[in-house]
Amino acid sequence: MTDPTALTLAEARDALVARKLSSLELTQAYLGAMERARGLNAYIVETPDQALDMARASDARIGKGEAGALEGLPIGVKDLYATKGVHTQACSHVLDGFKPTYESTVTAQLWRDGAVMLGKLNMDEFAMGSSNETSYYGPVASPWLPPNWSAAQGRAALAADKRGLLVPGGSSGGSASAVSARLCLAATASDTGGSIRQPAAFTGTCGIKPTYGRCSRYGMVAFASSLDQAGPIARNVRDAAIMLRSMAGHDPKDSTCYDAPVPDYEAAIGRSIKGFKIGVPREYRLDGMNPEIEKLWGQGVEWLRAAGADIVDISLPNTRHALPAYYIVAPAEASSNLARYDGVRYGLREPGNDIAELYEKTRAAGFGAEVRRRVMIGTYVLSAGYYDAYYVRAQKIRTLIKRDFETVFADGVDAILTPATPSAAFGIGEKGSADPVEMYLNDVFTVTVNMAGLPGLVAPAGLSAEGLPLGLQLIGRPFDEGTLFSLGAVMEQSAGRMSLPQPWWG
Amino acid sequence: MSTQAQHSKFIQGATGDWEIIVGLEVHAQVTSRSKLFSGASTAFGAPPNSHVSLVDAAMPGMLPVINAECVAQAVRTGLGLKAKINLRSTFDRKNYFYPDLPQGYQISQYKSPIVGEGEIQVDLTPDHSIKVGIERLHLEQDAGKSLHDQSPTMSFVDLNRSGVALMEIVSRPDMRSADEAKAYVTKLRTILRYIGSCDGDMDKGNLRADVNVSVRRPGAPLGTRCEIKNVNSIRFIGQAIDVEARRQVAIIEDGGSIDQETRLFDPARGETRSLRSKEEAHDYRYFPDPDLLPLEFDAAFVAELEAHLPELPDAKKARFMADYGLSAYDSGILVAEKETADYYESAVSHGGVQRDAKAVANWIMGDLSAYANTQGLSVAQTEIDASSIATLVDLIGEGVISGKIAKDVLAIIIAEDRSADPRAIVETRGLKQVTDTGAIESAVDAIIAANPDKVAQAIAKPTLLGWFVGQVMKSTGGKANPQAVNDMLKRKLGV
Repeated sequence: MTDPTALTLAEARDALVARKLSSLELTQAYLGAMERARGLNAYIVETPDQALDMARASDARIGKGEAGALEGLPIGVKDLYATKGVHTQACSHVLDGFKPTYESTVTAQLWRDGAVMLGKLNMDEFAMGSSNETSYYGPVASPWLPPNWSAAQGRAALAADKRGLLVPGGSSGGSASAVSARLCLAATASDTGGSIRQPAAFTGTCGIKPTYGRCSRYGMVAFASSLDQAGPIARNVRDAAIMLRSMAGHDPKDSTCYDAPVPDYEAAIGRSIKGFKIGVPREYRLDGMNPEIEKLWGQGVEWLRAAGADIVDISLPNTRHALPAYYIVAPAEASSNLARYDGVRYGLREPGNDIAELYEKTRAAGFGAEVRRRVMIGTYVLSAGYYDAYYVRAQKIRTLIKRDFETVFADGVDAILTPATPSAAFGIGEKGSADPVEMYLNDVFTVTVNMAGLPGLVAPAGLSAEGLPLGLQLIGRPFDEGTLFSLGAVMEQSAGRMSLPQPWWG
Repeated sequence: MSTQAQHSKFIQGATGDWEIIVGLEVHAQVTSRSKLFSGASTAFGAPPNSHVSLVDAAMPGMLPVINAECVAQAVRTGLGLKAKINLRSTFDRKNYFYPDLPQGYQISQYKSPIVGEGEIQVDLTPDHSIKVGIERLHLEQDAGKSLHDQSPTMSFVDLNRSGVALMEIVSRPDMRSADEAKAYVTKLRTILRYIGSCDGDMDKGNLRADVNVSVRRPGAPLGTRCEIKNVNSIRFIGQAIDVEARRQVAIIEDGGSIDQETRLFDPARGETRSLRSKEEAHDYRYFPDPDLLPLEFDAAFVAELEAHLPELPDAKKARFMADYGLSAYDSGILVAEKETADYYESAVSHGGVQRDAKAVANWIMGDLSAYANTQGLSVAQTEIDASSIATLVDLIGEGVISGKIAKDVLAIIIAEDRSADPRAIVETRGLKQVTDTGAIESAVDAIIAANPDKVAQAIAKPTLLGWFVGQVMKSTGGKANPQAVNDMLKRKLGV
């Protein structure tokens, strides 16, 4: 075997079980690839010793015939997940030096099933961002070169400030970049308004934000608790299904976590979608919509129709209120969730003459501009005199959005097909510096799903005229991720396998 | 609510009478092994920061999980307050920064509390009681403790209390004097202790009150109130109300007005001081805690708790009056502490025999309580078994010993052996009452013979008979049956 990192997660799993490859070899191949790709800045911490130890242990278990579902498979972990004894900072300066004494439930389940940890992945600070540019550890570059760029141009930009290179999306930019650049088989990610799905769309990978409550949030650094959900980014739909099965499940340590068995999502791949009713919401057809995106969406409809699905026009009338409402609810919760980063017990402390000054200096130094902005927005919308006008109204809108979806599902719609992003990936430093709303608009197709707590899957659907990956989104009924995997697999197959970018980065 | 306040309750100002209006927010620590949202222990007195879970310290990614026992305790308490139990309630975050508040917010119940409106009957005198309305009871987290005396330049934080469950019990402004407020807190504490949902230990801070005080001319609309924070003894609650009411009256009578503000009571100086004005009040930015689902349970859960609720003080008092023929006053005293009431009942019916209920009550409220008070103990804590009190009453009833000797026997038990059988003490120490008429007769004869002048006086004035009784008792070492002595003297002297 020439390059084991070319294998998908499912292929690698089968190769390991068939003893065609050892986890140690596979892990070493990834550690090598990671080293060569440091310029992308996808990993902020590599854990090679731990990875090799875990790989050896996996090989031993495989030898004894005790392989778990992810035995020996090297994966990356978004810095948002608490990993015992390993750097966990949600890419914020305020958590400087923080190494938890505990493990998140999601990662604990991955290790339980035999996965191997390669390191911690870059992300937008506290998951607030859509381009991975708000990370304290600097931006992540997408392994996809900008149109007409040569490999040498790309390397030069990596060596400089990365400007001009493409963003991998965010907030799970490190996860998407690493999966797309084959620096891990798959990665954990998290999604509050689109943070799994938009990066997946930008990098030609598959990402799923499961139903709210499907995965435990225990040990995930909180951004907006009522919206945050764990999920994987993987190279294809099947790999995402395999990952989610290990990540999901009931956890008594999270009161909002759903208590029901986790189905074998992989079994949904290849299932016929004949007769499935697919809704196409007219409100997602925006004024001034990118014609390429609109065309891709139409293409997706045709693929599903060709596979036997019934396509119906549907209406989700409150869609246009979703983004503004989201940017009230999410910052409100964030302003409270981030209050604990105060310099008193852990992380960064900027000394002051009294406690108020310690708070002010620590938080001013510890939080980046985007985090500060959202904390201030959140504090404002919860303040006396503004609460009813903002927070309460946003919650009402949230209820209406939920009801929109409930209505179409009650009408027999099995899933909804929408674009994933308004455009293909943009350049680092290109958006949002003057007007943050420009950046927020990236989430226009994805936030409704978080507001309604539904599952949403983004699968690669093709390339733009300029050769950049584009994805489509499938939205499902609560806890019906299986249907999304079936549909996603059909779409992925129809689109044809996208060849991942060649390693120009080193 | 009693709007027809009695005149005596008014306070006299320079310009006339003023009525005090008091409402209380009592914070009662829930008796539970672990905290409201974490598994850490609630035990008191541990070294600093030894009962702190990852949740209590607000580590990143930690989530609260409700402790079912705390919910049950709140429901039990609600039932004890004859209050509406809300089958669905929600938790909100109260946001503010303080080093002893690791999360940066307190999880509380702001919008919909677990317990709604209820009522407590508060007895002020044996024949006068008031009803104090309960507005709500909600569950919330306690904060940690800042320690300012450990270092010259730094403050330390002890998070042992951080996250311990509190019940905040909010009364209506139904009290009209310091005495009423004190009686209310006393009664509330009794109910909590009966239910076992709070130990009511104010020394440990397990029960403390925010006191809202305003004054008005009798019958006038409510005045502006001030809230006195965190008063931690019943005595101080009374003092705080009195000084605060007088402060307010003085201001108004001087032509000023009361500013709504939060104040602190300083018991050493006997005054209240401003902590923060209304303008400086925190904006807590309450919103529903997204980490917690609404707290929901069904009527069967409540019914099950209700079925296992102990008899509560009001019911017990009524039963003591009906079953034992005790006065309202005696019953009230006996039921004030559940352990005392239990002690009383086990003494009354010890050995399956019903004995003189009033006599048993007198022993418990008299000699036994007197001794317990000197030791700072409750009756039940004296280690003197209820059976001993029962036996003393029996011995008196059987005419074996006099009341006087019985007191001596109790003193021996206290001084020498708490577990000693009174009957055995009477036996071994020869304290048995002399009922043998021969022995009494010779003692009586001896005293009559020795005191002819007194005999003459007693014949003239029979009330002097008591002197002879005393002399006979003295000569018999107190063991003679006083009634027998009395009868014999009357016969011998012909009076």
